[in-house]
Amino acid sequence: MLSQIRPAIVLTLLLSAVTGLLYPLAITGAAQAAFPGQANGSRIERDGVLIGSDLIGQNFSAPSYFWPRPSATGPDPYNAAASSGSNIGPTGKALVERVAAAVTATGQTSVPADAVTASGSGLDPHITPQNAATQVARVATARNVEPSVIEAALADVTEQPILGIFGEPRVNVLRLNLALDEAAPLGN
Amino acid sequence: MSLSGWLQIGFVLIVVLLLVKPLGLYMARVFTGERTFLSPVLGPVERGFYALAGVRTDKEQGWLGYTMGVLAFSLAGFVVLYSMLRLQNFLPLNPQGFAGLSPDLAFNTAASFVTNTNWQSYGGETTMSHLSQMLGLTVQNFVSAATGIAVAIALTRAFVRSGVNELGNFWVDLTRATLYVLLPLAIVVALAFVAMGLPQNLDANFVATTIEGVQQTIATGPVASQEAIKQLGTNGGGFFNVNAAHPFENPTAFSNYLNIIAMLAISAALVYTFGQMVGNRRQGWALISVTVIMLVIGTGAIYWAESFGNPLLTAVGVDPSMGNFEGKEVRFGQAMSALYSAVTTGLSNGGVNAMHGSLTPLGGLVPMFLMQLGEVLPGGVGSGLYALLVFAILAVFVAGLMVGRTPEFLGKKVEAREMKFAMLAVLILPLVILGFTAISVVADFGTSSILTPGPHGLSEILYAYTSAAANNGSAFGGLTANTPWYNTTLGIAMLLGRFAYLVPVLAIAGSLVAKPRAAASSGTFPTDKPLFVGLLIGVIIILGGLQFFPALALGPIVEHFVMLAGQSF
Repeated sequence: MLSQIRPAIVLTLLLSAVTGLLYPLAITGAAQAAFPGQANGSRIERDGVLIGSDLIGQNFSAPSYFWPRPSATGPDPYNAAASSGSNIGPTGKALVERVAAAVTATGQTSVPADAVTASGSGLDPHITPQNAATQVARVATARNVEPSVIEAALADVTEQPILGIFGEPRVNVLRLNLALDEAAPLGN
Repeated sequence: MSLSGWLQIGFVLIVVLLLVKPLGLYMARVFTGERTFLSPVLGPVERGFYALAGVRTDKEQGWLGYTMGVLAFSLAGFVVLYSMLRLQNFLPLNPQGFAGLSPDLAFNTAASFVTNTNWQSYGGETTMSHLSQMLGLTVQNFVSAATGIAVAIALTRAFVRSGVNELGNFWVDLTRATLYVLLPLAIVVALAFVAMGLPQNLDANFVATTIEGVQQTIATGPVASQEAIKQLGTNGGGFFNVNAAHPFENPTAFSNYLNIIAMLAISAALVYTFGQMVGNRRQGWALISVTVIMLVIGTGAIYWAESFGNPLLTAVGVDPSMGNFEGKEVRFGQAMSALYSAVTTGLSNGGVNAMHGSLTPLGGLVPMFLMQLGEVLPGGVGSGLYALLVFAILAVFVAGLMVGRTPEFLGKKVEAREMKFAMLAVLILPLVILGFTAISVVADFGTSSILTPGPHGLSEILYAYTSAAANNGSAFGGLTANTPWYNTTLGIAMLLGRFAYLVPVLAIAGSLVAKPRAAASSGTFPTDKPLFVGLLIGVIIILGGLQFFPALALGPIVEHFVMLAGQSF
């Protein structure tokens, strides 16, 4: 056992230096040089103001914007400093009651699942095209424009699977709402 | 279920199978000490390490020496990590000013990362400084994986060598696994991850003003470098609380493919390395086909159960066509969530891209069952191969009993001593899992942590101890595990699951390496044919899984029928 102590200690220190300092710092340097946008969190600015990250969902509740999925982060939804799913089991009363309330709030009878269920991260930036379609009328009314204007913006932002296989059909809510503010500015 | 879903599943598995041979051959060269294309760069580094550490490459160890090396190195890593976590607030690179961890949480986390489990009783972005993530957790992501690879290679040599005592030199195997295998792959994968959108910086959280005018604080840090080795080393511990469901750990469908491919590649290729080193590549492919068959069945079962949806939610007005969507991300959908869930639990990774605790009862049963089988599909890097070989030894023994011959595997006679150690190893899992679960479900300090009562509550606890003992690390996250009881007992479960398994395995290696390697005769049961593949699957399910059936019946299976009956808790 004694003969193992020196290599145990020395290799712990050496391998720590290589894998715990050299490796992450070298990757950080290379990432900052080659992909600064991604490496710093895919930040989005509008009119010089940092408004969020392209990858991270943010909350919308005004009728003039498309709404993201429910978020289970605390204390506020879409808290990107403390990601969390609900983790409630499928037979949890808390789940069934929350979803039932969300369904009632939509005023519809058969609601797309993503519109009333919390995402795993609580930060899901996307909704499904089906979910987005149910919101077009509300957004058009709130912005006082024809639904076709909203539908055109939605179609632009909607992403389809590559070759029909790779990926899922999805709509980035933040991108869509930014596009809406361009296409049909509020206050007209 | 959809065709495009299955095509994506097929695509990922085919890419992995294409990587198996080149990577497997490369690792065989590394561990037989041959030159590789990286030797000109890494050779001098490696020799410098040995000189400083006083390691003599020509001096190999028997099984006891090798075991002592593993234990001494793991202990050193544990002490360093525990101290670093406790003293986090005094150390640099802590832009959020996080406090040091409590003693029970630091114990749990150190045990977790040293055993390659990566169970996380904490949320990464609210607990860990950048230094702890890098110099603490990332280091163990590398070296705990390298330790697993080393032990698997030692067991492999027991079949290669004949009539000797030496299994190799642990320090050499450890160093080579880290420098030649994990580090180069991690660099490539980490840079690919950054290109796909994973952050890589040392900054504090940044604050944005959302379109609706609310302040949104966004956590960031050295994510890509940790995500890469988290997958390659089958560790699974996320930078963020929600692991690979977080858009910064896994922003696109393609980053998701790369996550799954990276976690499968080394484990699957090591099985090929085994075949190459023992001079029977067909044996490698036979073992790989066992894992592929069972993984595809597991993936299909989760995919089916989740696509079916949750009837309790359909009843209140949710369109069931998208399936059960609670805890899942839109960009992955049902197919890639199902594949991730099956692979991460078949594999001892434990990262998640969907919340397992919100899966349907049957969808959640599958990951739990895959872990209970002993993490052999194809298991953690190294640990999966040696556990699979333990089952192979049990399978030839069962076959030998049926025909009344002395069982042998790859020319090595399997006798009483090997069988005793093999049984000792496979019994540790049910003992730890069922023992701790039994205590937790009858005590207040156990049940008070449950989030969803009823049968799901039992599942939450059973899943936790299964995950810990199998060194997986995924969770039914509803359970509040950051309590002294769970932190301590889950930590003990992880240590037993790793070391009480690993020591008997090395004892088997020590016993086998001393035996002569007999040539195959007409009476030898061929272990590289479909018959053996079928037998091995049967042994894994019956010896590995059946003892958990009563517990599973009371948890997820009861919950399934209760859900169909429309009851909630």
